[in-house]
Amino acid sequence: MSLKQIVPSRKAKPQSRSRKNLGWLLLVPASAVLALVIGWPLINLIILSFQEFGRAQVFGADIEFIGFENYSNILTDDGFWQVLNRSLVFAAVVVVSTMVVGTLVALLMNFVPKRIKVLVQIGLLVAWAMPQLTAVIVWGWMFNTEYGVFNYLLSQIPGVDFYGHSWLSNPISFFGVAALIITWQSVPFVALTIYAGLTQIPKEMIEAAWLDGASGWQRFKDLTFPLLRPIFTIVIILQIIWDLRVFTQIYALQGLGGLREETNTLGVYIYLTSLGSGEFGLGGAIAVVMVVLMSAVSAFYIKRTLEDMDN
Amino acid sequence: MISKNRNLKIFAGSVAGIIVFLVSIFPVYWMLNTAFTPNGLTRRSEPLLFPSNFTWENFQTVLFDSDQTPFWPALINSLAITMLTVLFALAFAFLSSVALARFAFFGRKTFIVVLLFIQMIPGEAMIVSLYRQLDTWQLLNSIGGLTLVYVATVLPFTIWMLRGFVLGVPEELEHAAMIDGCTRVQAFRKITFPLLAPGLVATGVFGFIQAWNEFLLALVVNSRPEAMTLPVWLRTYQQVNNETDWAAIMAGSTLMTLPVLIFFVIVQSKMTSGLVAGAVKG
Repeated sequence: MSLKQIVPSRKAKPQSRSRKNLGWLLLVPASAVLALVIGWPLINLIILSFQEFGRAQVFGADIEFIGFENYSNILTDDGFWQVLNRSLVFAAVVVVSTMVVGTLVALLMNFVPKRIKVLVQIGLLVAWAMPQLTAVIVWGWMFNTEYGVFNYLLSQIPGVDFYGHSWLSNPISFFGVAALIITWQSVPFVALTIYAGLTQIPKEMIEAAWLDGASGWQRFKDLTFPLLRPIFTIVIILQIIWDLRVFTQIYALQGLGGLREETNTLGVYIYLTSLGSGEFGLGGAIAVVMVVLMSAVSAFYIKRTLEDMDN
Repeated sequence: MISKNRNLKIFAGSVAGIIVFLVSIFPVYWMLNTAFTPNGLTRRSEPLLFPSNFTWENFQTVLFDSDQTPFWPALINSLAITMLTVLFALAFAFLSSVALARFAFFGRKTFIVVLLFIQMIPGEAMIVSLYRQLDTWQLLNSIGGLTLVYVATVLPFTIWMLRGFVLGVPEELEHAAMIDGCTRVQAFRKITFPLLAPGLVATGVFGFIQAWNEFLLALVVNSRPEAMTLPVWLRTYQQVNNETDWAAIMAGSTLMTLPVLIFFVIVQSKMTSGLVAGAVKG
């Protein structure tokens, strides 16, 4: 044992205190930006949601506190509930389709020859890398009513005539196209993440199950899935969060020929209420509802991440 | 019998793999195909499946003949905002990540919880008050305003990602250097910092992609034509030329996509591991 450990050095204490302070000091720039651009506006958002704040107030009329009126207005508005339900159903559909396709692609990568695997990975990377907005515009072009390649290809099937078919003017097929675009772009993250997990499973375990005569589905259900449960959990949570807040794809698709009224989701609704119609107070209340809704989902993610950090 | 069955499975799997590949890249292929085909030939119900009449004229149109919605100012705005975002986000995230990875202090965990929470706040909900906030500060339609917003939106993830890289450099290396006579700062600068370089590059590229692609906040905060970034420009361009010139719209899309595609391939593996670092370990 050294002398230092027995006799506490005089310097030790102030040094460690200065180290503590240095730790905080290093956080100052980031904290300042986050407080200024996220924290303060978040507080203002909550205040705003209790105010009467429309076009008149933008042009200088007095701002009045009206308690929960904005909230009671939106919660009794059928339009809001329609948008909320639509967002929830749409997110559910996209999460399921993304997870199913993503898992299948991951399992596929795990057993095809290396050359094919590399090909799949290149494809996934390209789809993932495409900026959301360009992706929507390109898909919109492929689904174009008059000159779109899809209508042409579908019409090549004998007995099928899709020439001049408008995909976006019907809300159901509008959301079908939106779901297709988002799934196409989200599958790469899911597939590559799950595949990364699959490669961690010892080959012997799979082979043992194989020799025991377990079918493909059994092997997935009883072996792979339980082992990869943490990865599945976090990927699903992230997908729910990303799909619930979808904005760019819906907004840009509406610009390509969708019916606004019947295709708004939560994010677009907030944008149109606040910046479109100038109803900032009302938009603020909807935004607060959205934050609360998302926080409930995010809480799982945060808890999960902290647990993993402690391990 | 079993091996025959297995070969069949591998064959079927390979076919499925090729289909996945084709479906994945088809939109990008179609974008390029249309971008390099003369506009007149794209307006047919029977499209050309290959760019057999190869032309650069659509790029010419986007770059030099679109006076109504000019490309160059949007490119300059995008470049300026993206570079500044990367610069500030990297600097601030670097300091924070060192604090979180190397220092034990009261409130560290709280900071991390707040960070994760902020990362999960949807930008869609923040547009109302962000717009008013920047309006008050007179930062709407400016490079500084959107940069500030972007620095804040990429910070949580960049801090988290860099923290992982700092943790990856063993502190013992610094201690060894200090025994050899370096001060702590020297040890950090000479030993840890060079080892962090790949992490800084990956994190910087992540910030670049985020800022380059971001659409919603740019639409809200920089809506004036002269302040637009590329994504908002591209949407406007598409709205203006929707009926007449899809070839040019695809050329514009190509110009916006290429830099991201290149950068993305460089950092892809690091981004996945950063996002789910915790989950994979468990």
